[in-house]
Amino acid sequence: MSVDADAGSAESGLSDEVLLTVRNLRKYFPVTEGMMIKRTVAEVKAVDGVSFEVHRGETLGLVGESGCGKSTTGRCILRLDPPSSGEILFGGVDMANLSRAELNKMRERIQVIFQDPYSSLNPRMKVGDIIGEPMKVHGLLPDADKRRERVAELLHVCGLNPAMADRYPHEMSGGQRQRVGIARALALQPEFIICDEAVSALDVSIQAQVINLLEDLREQFNLTYLFIAHDLSVVRHLCHRVAVMYLGKIVELAPADQVFDNPLHPYTQALLAAVPVPDPEIESARAHQTVKGEVPSPINPPSGCVFHPRCPKAVDGCSMSVPELRELEPGHWVACSEA
Amino acid sequence: MAHLLEIENLRTQFFTQQGTVQAVDGISYNVDEGETVAVVGESGCGKSVSALSILRLIPNPPGEIVGGEIRFMGKNLLDMTDQEIRSIRGRDIGMVFQEPMTSLNPVLTIGRQLTETLMHHLGSTQDESMDRARELLRLVGIGDSDRRLAQYPHHLSGGMRQRVMIAMALACEPKLIIADEPTTALDVTIQAQILELMRELTKQMGVALIVITHNLGVVARYADRVNVMYAGKVIESGSAMDIYHRPHHPYTLGLLRSVPRLDQPRGTRLIPIEGQPPDLTRLDGGCAFRPRCTFATEQCAGAIPGLEAVDEGHITACFNKEAVADSLRNTT
Repeated sequence: MSVDADAGSAESGLSDEVLLTVRNLRKYFPVTEGMMIKRTVAEVKAVDGVSFEVHRGETLGLVGESGCGKSTTGRCILRLDPPSSGEILFGGVDMANLSRAELNKMRERIQVIFQDPYSSLNPRMKVGDIIGEPMKVHGLLPDADKRRERVAELLHVCGLNPAMADRYPHEMSGGQRQRVGIARALALQPEFIICDEAVSALDVSIQAQVINLLEDLREQFNLTYLFIAHDLSVVRHLCHRVAVMYLGKIVELAPADQVFDNPLHPYTQALLAAVPVPDPEIESARAHQTVKGEVPSPINPPSGCVFHPRCPKAVDGCSMSVPELRELEPGHWVACSEA
Repeated sequence: MAHLLEIENLRTQFFTQQGTVQAVDGISYNVDEGETVAVVGESGCGKSVSALSILRLIPNPPGEIVGGEIRFMGKNLLDMTDQEIRSIRGRDIGMVFQEPMTSLNPVLTIGRQLTETLMHHLGSTQDESMDRARELLRLVGIGDSDRRLAQYPHHLSGGMRQRVMIAMALACEPKLIIADEPTTALDVTIQAQILELMRELTKQMGVALIVITHNLGVVARYADRVNVMYAGKVIESGSAMDIYHRPHHPYTLGLLRSVPRLDQPRGTRLIPIEGQPPDLTRLDGGCAFRPRCTFATEQCAGAIPGLEAVDEGHITACFNKEAVADSLRNTT
């Protein structure tokens, strides 16, 4: 059995086929009080009305700072957290109406790579069993010998020596472990992989290896990625389109070139200005204006535009009405009344 | 003029069951008054251990400073008694650590932690030190100081806690601050705020700063001079311009090429450094970077290259430094 992607794969590049649709997704976590009888005193609006589409073969970046809801969005798509409201359509099928068995079947098509290669691999399992487990669970390769072959193939694809199947995670470096996590995600030949801060914990020289691996695999297996990350340089490198999140909302969504060369939302502008470039000449010429204040609490977000208390361009109206995402240029959506 | 801090041939080792880890293996560098020196490198290269060695904060066992000298204002810190080094820590040399949640005491108020340093080192009274604590909080941009002084660390956000750490480091007007990954745990907009704050305050007060970091962008923005470490050794040292525009060591070059940058055309492929960093218990008699190096020759296996000058104030430890520099000239 080969690791080739399904038949009918589109040529490399973007297709018109929408693989994933997220419509008006909300996820509120209750804040409770009381020991025996819990009452909900407030809600954390982790994700508050997020909509986007991911096309087959594309990589959509989801960026933002801690607590902006980017990871929760990913977990809702995987149904690791049930959404409070909103629709998630994968390949045209509404994930909310699936039975448990159907959901399990769906999870063969959607896989995830987590941030921390230390805590996302079971320390008591050998690498070969970690990668083989999804195939066992989903009954894809019941024959143990065939499974071993397939594991060796996956290890090879991810740049590891097939002999590593007999090792335990603690015997490997962080970069190697992340490759194991990637091999596990590939085991079921998924169409769609959610990379949740998949390269953030790695050192730069190792990070570059894993980024290149992700790019190669995307082409080889015609994968579609949702790439959740806080590192803007990495997102710019890997993604076709980018959605910028702030406090549970998407504030800007556009092709990567547009987001990075012509950011229209003041928050995107502030984020980009804050990233230092590894070149002292460029750095000494740049103006270092930092955005004031800190991200407000998602329990009690500001009225109107959630960014207005920190926004250098805020006007009176910003605290009154919530700005809608508007398409200012073809494919370039911005939620700012002043943009 | 003598340097504020002179580190000479510092060697720190950890004695573990797996063998002796040569975490810091003969590094030397100087820090002048008021300047910002960066120490860059990846996990396990010894950058944090070298910083902790300066203040003799290496846990013993298993760690031990086995050789070298650290002269601070002319005095060797390694010869001092425990009592003497304690009077230097927090007074003449301040520290800012990566994780402000674990380096602040969770059961003491911010006010108590700030005043403790002042009362211990300067013998100030409670009232004097409370006034000074309020002033320090204002200096690091924390408003509403009376309320903040009465709060505990868990009341504050990560950025706020790092501001408190900076206030504590500055409390006794030190000559030198050692900042170990000061912004790694913070979001990028907060990172920018904290770095700007540290730069302003150190320039304004004339404090020298050693920044330990893995982030090449942070170094480019803030450092006057840069030391690049690999496998326990400084392998290249020079001005920020030397390191970023005229690197002579293949590791420095490899690091610069492997970071995706905001100012480069999209779609260019990253050039990673293949392989893994070496096991520090099993170093041989050759250059430690050799197995990952594209410039390696037979000479590299036979001897460890020493640091040699390539330019005024720019030194590097590579037998093939000219080839590295040439490769850069040809590609750009």
